[in-house]
Order: sequence, then C-alpha cells, then structure tokens
Amino acid sequence: MFPMLNLPLAAIQTSLGSPTASAIFFFFIIVSLTLGITYWAAKRTRSTKDFYAAGRSVSALQNGFALSGDYMSAASFLGIAGLVSLKGYDGMIYATGWLVGWPALMFLIAEPLRNLGKYTFADVVAFRLRQTPVRVASAIGGILTVLFYTIAQMVGSGNLITLMFGIPYEAAVVIVGGVMLAYVLFGGMIATTWVQIIKAILLLLGVSVLCFIVLYKFNFNPGNLYAAVAAKYGQGALEPGTLVTSPIDAVSLGLALMFGLLGLPHILMRFFTVPDAKAARTSVLYATGFIGYFYCIIPIVGFGAAALVGRDIITGIDKGGNMAAPLLAELLGGTPFLGFIAAVAFATILAVVAGLTLAGASTLSHDIYVNVIKRGQATEQEQVSVAKKATVVFGILAVLLGILFKGQNVAFMVGLAFAIACSANFPALIMSILWKKFTTAGAVASILTGAILSVGLIIISPTIWVDVFKNAQPLIGLKNPAIISMTAAFVAGWLVSLLTPEQSAQDRFEDEKLRTYLGVGAE
Amino acid sequence: MSQAGQSTHEMLESPAFKRLVRHRWMVSVILTLLLFVIYYGYILLIGYNKPFMATKIGAVTTLGIPLGVGVIVLSWLLTVIYVIWANKVYDVEVKNLKSQLK
Repeated sequence: MFPMLNLPLAAIQTSLGSPTASAIFFFFIIVSLTLGITYWAAKRTRSTKDFYAAGRSVSALQNGFALSGDYMSAASFLGIAGLVSLKGYDGMIYATGWLVGWPALMFLIAEPLRNLGKYTFADVVAFRLRQTPVRVASAIGGILTVLFYTIAQMVGSGNLITLMFGIPYEAAVVIVGGVMLAYVLFGGMIATTWVQIIKAILLLLGVSVLCFIVLYKFNFNPGNLYAAVAAKYGQGALEPGTLVTSPIDAVSLGLALMFGLLGLPHILMRFFTVPDAKAARTSVLYATGFIGYFYCIIPIVGFGAAALVGRDIITGIDKGGNMAAPLLAELLGGTPFLGFIAAVAFATILAVVAGLTLAGASTLSHDIYVNVIKRGQATEQEQVSVAKKATVVFGILAVLLGILFKGQNVAFMVGLAFAIACSANFPALIMSILWKKFTTAGAVASILTGAILSVGLIIISPTIWVDVFKNAQPLIGLKNPAIISMTAAFVAGWLVSLLTPEQSAQDRFEDEKLRTYLGVGAE
Repeated sequence: MSQAGQSTHEMLESPAFKRLVRHRWMVSVILTLLLFVIYYGYILLIGYNKPFMATKIGAVTTLGIPLGVGVIVLSWLLTVIYVIWANKVYDVEVKNLKSQLK
C-alpha cells in the first residue's frame, strides 16, 4: 500500500538508554551554552528587580518564547506524543485542553496582573488588603501548587533521563537540580528567561523537524499517515476512545486546565518581567501561537511513531509510551537525531524546573520573609541575599523530594497542581482585581477553602483513593475536583467578604482601579 | 473635551473612565464565553456524540481531527481579536484619559 515505506520496522536496534557520543555532545552544548548565559546574566543581576523580574526589560516576543518554555514540559512533549502513539485520537483531545487556558489568561488576568504586581501574584491579592494574613494564605496556595508541580517534574525527569541516557535515577535528579540551581542562584530571572527562550526554540525546532520528516515519508499528505495508522491499529485510533467517558469529569478537568493556568505562580511571575501591560498582552499572543502550533503538530509525531516505529516497540521500552518521540527520531535520523531530541527533552525539564524554583523561592523570600516577617522593611541587599538563600532551600528540597518519590505514581500531581491553582489562587486573584467589597477575611477564606477542598477531594477521588491507595471504591466519583473546589472558593470569598466589611480596602480600591486600567503608578 | 487637571476621584467617576472599564470587561467576557463555547462544545460533543466525531471525511480521516485542530486555531484567533481591539481602541482611550489626569 505504501511502497515508499521500506524501513526495517521490526528489527529496530535502539541506542536509547546508553549514553551515545551524540547525546553527550548535544547535552554538553546545551549545558555549556546555558551556563555561559548564566555567567553573563549573573553580572547583570544586582537588585531584587533583576533577580525576580529580569529588570522588567524582557520584550514581548522574548517573554512569549519564555512563557512557552516555562509551560511546555517534558510531559507535554514526550507524554502527549506517547499518548497519541498508543491511544490515538484521545491524545489529541488531551492536547487541546493544555492550550485553552492561554486565551483566558490574556482576557482576564495578564494586564491587571502586570499593572498591579511587583514580583509575585500575592502582591496583587494583597494590594489593598491586610498584608500578613493575605500573604500567608497566598503563600500556602502558591507553595502547594509549585511543590506538587515540582515533584511531578523531578520524578519525571529522573525517569526520563534514566531511560534516555542510562544514568541512575538519583544521579539524574541531582544533575537536574544542580544545573537548574546554578541558573537560578547566579543568574536569577535573566538567566531563567534565556534558558526558557533557548529551550522553547529548540523544542519547537526539534518537533517541527520530526513532524516534517514524518510528513515527507507520507508524501506530505496527513491522510496517508492516518491510513497507515488505521491499517495497523484499526479505525478506532482516529476516533475518540475512552478518555471522555463522563462529560462532568471532562468539564471539571477542563476547568482545572483552563483556570489553573491563571493561578500557576511560575507562569504569573513571568508577567512582571515585561515593561508594561501592552507587552504583557502581546507576549500571551506569541505564547499562545507557539504553544498552539506545538500542540497542533505533536499529534503528527505521535501518529508517525505509531505508524513507523510501532506500538509494540514503544511499549517495550516504556509502558507509558514516553519514548515514542525519541524512538521515532532515532528511526528517522539515526543516533545523532536521537541525541539531539534527548538533549532537547533534557533542556525542557531544566527550563520548567528553573521557573518553578524561582517562583517557590520568591514566595518564601518576597511574600513571607520580606512582607510578613520584616513587614516590608528590608534593604535591597538583604532582599537579594534572602532570595538566594530561599533558592538554595527550594532547589535542595526539589532534589530531595524527587529522590523520596522515586518509583511512585506521581502522574496525578500535575492535575493536583492545576486543581489547587484554579481553586486556591485564581478565585482570590480575580476577585481582588474586580470586586470592591472583597476583604482580607474573604481572601483568606477563599484561598483556604480552595486549597483544602481541592487537596481533600482529590485524595478521596478515584485518582488517589483507588489508583494510589489501592482501595476498591472511591469515596467520590469525580476524578478532578475543580468544578466543586473552584466554585466553593468563589462562594467562600463572596460570603465571608459580605460578612466582614473592610472600609480601608474599599477606600483603596480607587487607587487600584487607576492602576489596573490606566497603569498609573505601575512598577 | 479635555478639562485639564482631573483628580483621581473625578477621573474614576467620569463617564469616559466608566465606559472604558465597561468595554474592557465586555470584550473580555464575550471572548471568554466564545472560548467556552469552542472548547466545551468540542468536549461535550465527544462526550455525547462520539459517532459524529468518528464520521469519515476522507478515506480514513475522521471529522474529529480537523475539529481538534480547529479548537486550537480558533482559540488563538480569539487572542488575535483581543490584541487588535486592545491596541486600536483600549490603548488609545487610556492614553487620552491619562493626559487628562492630575
């Protein structure tokens, strides 16, 4: 049927899992390039504004790339390609969910956030409320989100690097933690931004080349590719399967993915690196374009892997399908291309973990130490020094948690991070921007309700109660709690605010509005 | 039209500022609702009408494939609409209002 396909499909010899010369070569190029940039960035990182916000001098296009680099994780690259290769169309449904938060981020949050905030999203929530309770509550929501996201990334990176380079899990986690710590500690946001830009460009380039070669093999007609997949695995591979069985579950997960993005501290933090609200808005346009393009072509890579590599070989290397894209790269471009793709996956992990560490460190140092413990009275020098100490603490914590959770099922942790972000962080953030009568007690109630309900409901859901704790029956059928926990967080914030009127917060709303809409007084 | 030296309070109470805020959120809410219709329409279509998504539009290609890509492309186009509106209407009005302040 397809005479141009005379590849030795059955007898694939993979060099995955052994450190090949090309993999080591690309690995060292990426690490030395990014460490070189860190050295350059370190000389430019003097003030807290440099360390947390790259001096607010990042352009809209640069921030668009950096946002993409901060967001597109190894899970979206290797995971979605694998999901499409093994489950077919269901992987595509999954991919769309990861994009739709971006337009909402632009319409609802990006510009007010940029105008109101300084270094963290808690700056916005606490803008006209009492600092200590709001900062502490926001830090709880922020740290929980970042921590679960980080655990998922560290465990994923350990597993992936072991699979690709064949080095032991613990060593892989320590390497990721060490290199990432070097970026953030010495180069702060400037280095992190450039690492994310480089990673985004490499990832988009790598996936584009993979996609191009796959399409070339099928005469640039996706129909031929789908026909090859259908011939091998049946028409079912091109139809919705079991991913969306319960519409309420799908809607709840959709809410978590969409509004969770609007509460991810490491993403929100990037908006303080651009000069003004217009650049913030434009950077989301670029980011949505890059990420959308990525999710449009990644299914081609997944289907290509299914048709050319084959599901047996993919699951033979890794049951979850994560090696579909690297195996396809090796088949199409030999060991050098595999080395390149493996190095890109490594850079992908580093960029995301660096962004998370900076967000975690800024919460500990800026929100808790400077604004709660020192009540906003800390010298510039003291702030930078505390920020660096917090970075070391968070970086070491990330490595330790990565090792502690070795071999555990952490797939649910990304979903959990999004559930907490959309329930604890997003409702308080948007209510503080929009609602004059929002109060300190309302904000604390909203954040705590969202955090407790999202964590509590996911523990008793099939996701943890059955899949992790191995109980026969879940206590609640809903797999993702967002539809309940996010709604409850809004209701709690609204109700408690009405019960605890706060005149000073209402008085300061005028200044806030002027800054939100006109950018008057924005930093 | 420009009365030099409006105070913060006067500015916030002015019809022009109130209109700016109202328009800004009207555009945001309409675009967010469109995003909801596009994404949840797609998800609920999969949930309630799988045979429709499995309709063949080529030799084997199913309708679900262009619809999935369509969700991503349309979502991006919504951001294009917002940016064009904000650059052409919102920013101009903000500049105008800021010049009247103080």
